[in-house]
Amino acid sequence: MSASLLDQAPAKVAPARFRPLDLLPHAVLVLGVLLLGFPLYMVFIGATWDAGTIARGNLPLTPGPLLLDNLAHAWTGTGGERVMHTPVRVMMWNSLVMALAIAVGKIAISIISAYAIAFFRFPLRMVFFWMIFITLMLPVEVRIVPTYEVVAGFGMVDSYAGLTIPLIASATATLLFRQFFLTVPDELVEAAKIDGAGPLRFFLDVLLPLSRTNIAALFVILFIYGWNQYLWPLLVTSSGDMDTVVIGVTKMIGTGEAATDWNIIMAATLLALLPPVAVVALMQRWLVKGLVDSEK
Amino acid sequence: MATVELRQVTKRYGAVEAIRGIDVAARDGEFLVLLGPSGCGKSTLLRMVAGLESITGGEIAIGGRRVDGLEPKDRDIAMVFQNYALYPHMSVFDNMAYGLKIRGLPKAEIRARVTRTAEMLELAPYLDRRPSQLSGGQRQRVAMGRAVVREPAAFLFDEPLSNLDAKLRTQMRLEIKRLQARLGVTSLYVTHDQVEAMTLADRILVMNQGVAEQIGAPLEIYSRPASLFVAGFIGSPPMNILDARIADDGRGLLLGGGGRIALPGPLAAEAGQPVKLGIRPEHLKPTAGPGGLSLTVELSEALGAETVLYGRLDGGQPAQLRMAGMPAHRPGDVLPVTADPSDLHLFDPRTGRRRPDTEQPGWAERRISAVS
Amino acid sequence: MQRRAIFKGRLLPYLLLAPQVAVTVLFFLWPAGRALWQSVHLQDPFGLYSEFVWFENFQAVLSDPNYLGTVQVSVLFSAAVAGLSLSVALLLAALADTKIRGAGLYKSLLIWPYALAPAIAAVLFLFVFNPEIGLLGRAMNGMGLGWDYRLNGGQALLMVVLAASAKQISYNFIFFLAGLQAIPRSVLEAASIDGAGPVRRFFTITFPLLSPTTFFLLVVNVVYAFFETFGTIHALTRGGPGKSTETLIYRVYQDGVVSNDLGGSSAQSVILMVIVIALTAIQFRFIERKVHYA
Repeated sequence: MSASLLDQAPAKVAPARFRPLDLLPHAVLVLGVLLLGFPLYMVFIGATWDAGTIARGNLPLTPGPLLLDNLAHAWTGTGGERVMHTPVRVMMWNSLVMALAIAVGKIAISIISAYAIAFFRFPLRMVFFWMIFITLMLPVEVRIVPTYEVVAGFGMVDSYAGLTIPLIASATATLLFRQFFLTVPDELVEAAKIDGAGPLRFFLDVLLPLSRTNIAALFVILFIYGWNQYLWPLLVTSSGDMDTVVIGVTKMIGTGEAATDWNIIMAATLLALLPPVAVVALMQRWLVKGLVDSEK
Repeated sequence: MATVELRQVTKRYGAVEAIRGIDVAARDGEFLVLLGPSGCGKSTLLRMVAGLESITGGEIAIGGRRVDGLEPKDRDIAMVFQNYALYPHMSVFDNMAYGLKIRGLPKAEIRARVTRTAEMLELAPYLDRRPSQLSGGQRQRVAMGRAVVREPAAFLFDEPLSNLDAKLRTQMRLEIKRLQARLGVTSLYVTHDQVEAMTLADRILVMNQGVAEQIGAPLEIYSRPASLFVAGFIGSPPMNILDARIADDGRGLLLGGGGRIALPGPLAAEAGQPVKLGIRPEHLKPTAGPGGLSLTVELSEALGAETVLYGRLDGGQPAQLRMAGMPAHRPGDVLPVTADPSDLHLFDPRTGRRRPDTEQPGWAERRISAVS
Repeated sequence: MQRRAIFKGRLLPYLLLAPQVAVTVLFFLWPAGRALWQSVHLQDPFGLYSEFVWFENFQAVLSDPNYLGTVQVSVLFSAAVAGLSLSVALLLAALADTKIRGAGLYKSLLIWPYALAPAIAAVLFLFVFNPEIGLLGRAMNGMGLGWDYRLNGGQALLMVVLAASAKQISYNFIFFLAGLQAIPRSVLEAASIDGAGPVRRFFTITFPLLSPTTFFLLVVNVVYAFFETFGTIHALTRGGPGKSTETLIYRVYQDGVVSNDLGGSSAQSVILMVIVIALTAIQFRFIERKVHYA
């Protein structure tokens, strides 16, 4: 009896033996990574071959030699006459303007309105708070037609202003900033008051620097939100020069005929993917923080 | 350098009166401690001096200038907060310089003042660090540095040591005392810790439920508590508060169960009246012969230098006795005890105030002449 | 919840609020009000004439069998997207949370699809599943499966579900991982001392403790599937074949923008607003327990 106990004891202390079951989590995770990554890889492959290879359905699983050519054609709009209306260069610029304007604009107007609501007491404060709050319940998609009519009434169709300003009010960002502001210790505000800081100085010298990580996190989320917009730009822009790259790529595909310059479309898709994926990859930490904070 | 005067200051939140008419004047250079349990209004009072809370009534003057309508920045005060309230994104230097920058001091002067203050507080090696890179004691010193560098008319401290561990607290207490003595700046210091109050204060203002119970020098408050509240709040272990009745002959107090203790002077006119009797644990002494009281020991705490006995007096009232050394008393022992008549504190059981006739030696005679 | 320390200011707070309030009133409240107004009026396409018609537009919409079919498609679509993306994300997060080597790398490799625009996700899937040029599309036809999502409604719905789920898998993964990491190790250690194996631990300890996150994500995923997948559907199937992938949002666009039926599309907008308000209310009733809005 005692002997068998002694025999068992070292087995638990000794370095774990290799167990096939330990590989299961890796196997499932690798499978998940591959499944999500496979379509992206195929787009990349598609962007490295010529249109004929793709149209014949002969696309191999390995990259071809034409990546730079295809990217250049898409970028300048010189190749693939069957699909290109606007060079991707122009569309990328439109997307960048839209994404930056929405991200920066939303952060700017949200942070100051959250500041007013959290740090001041004034008549109608809660009315304004609820007014902002209910915009949470009115996403642009559900009131798309009347919003278009209002924007058209201001003559803002086919302009950057029309593309961005209606999307710039955001209850989410305001609530997030307000939530953060409520965690700033009262003593810090009082210390600043005793140091002689007024409301604007406190905002610029103390609150804004303290909000850096929240701003970074929101920036990632909102940049991607802006870059990925679809229904609103589809509606509010009609000239090809105002197309965003997301709209442009889907316009190129049209109804998905085989006889399309798929290589150029895939190159354009790669270009359309690059900025948001880069932002996510480089700012992963802020993205995770920003998303998780929005749950609270 | 200035006086800080409060005249009939009140604060009301709706129907609740948080501060009920406080009158106190801190002299120039004085260290005045506001002491009391949590919720007594001491922090509110300090914040009203700082201008962080409005006052409902009364006046506040600093250096003879009325300030109660002014913004905090215009009151010429500096404050040290319980959680330090350092700007987390600024270096130690910038934390200390911020108030000076806002006041528009020339850069060279800011640098000189911050450097000088940092040296005084031994913060010079840390000027480039962020608060998060400092220890608790260092943060505390930065918070003080931020106040010192401003060279204000008065320092306001809001429980500045309560976030430190016991050892560091003792050390920082000494540093604050030394610093204040060296700079000679009038200071108002809020705490709930009586040891801090006793060691730091020139005078203590004991507060309870928005009222000033007593203002006085630490030892004066200890030896002559003005009310039952002060008597119970100051001193550790706390003063024994006993129900007693004036004996028929007016020369002693009866504690029930046959216990009797002598008064320093006769109170014949009030024979039979109830009083609250206070005796500090160190004033309750074992005697060789019959002392008039006896204590049945229930528990003995030997601390080395002293021993505290917990027990019951005649009539069953609980009492504590503190004696030097390590006497070998065991639970169940019955000790004859007594107290010097001059060490007795008598309080009016209805008002809780110290009886005016106990204010000074020879009190009983005055009392008698007043009655007759 | 309120701050104690505040600033004084008469005009300043209003100035700070002005930009957001202006945008909100002009582009949120006014359009929403217009939608309400139009939903109870009958207008000619040129806006020259309008007549108050009570709830006729709603009656027309709700008694239209096509609209009810759209409701059905939307519910099926949302349930599939939420179910698929939640379960896959939970599986991956639970595995990535175990102490395995390279957890950080897996995390990075699973997060990138968050950057996918719904329409671009559609392009990715289209390129792989296109029956003529797509690698998998051709392979399936090679096996005689008769794959063509452009003709087969069920296949089309499967395609949009897959394309719409990719991004949500990443999103849910991020939340599940954060939720898992917030579970105190000691609770799981206590369970394993009590003799629970890894699988049992997951279902009796981890999953119940994760339920707030799961519930939050469920609502968010349903909202996403209802309102943010227009791009996927527009790029992939345009609601077809027939109406097999026409969701409520696609229908609003179709009726309001393409067919210019203002009354009908406004009535639909109002119905959608009611749905969002209901979903948001559910979410906030639940979140209320954690956060109190003053």
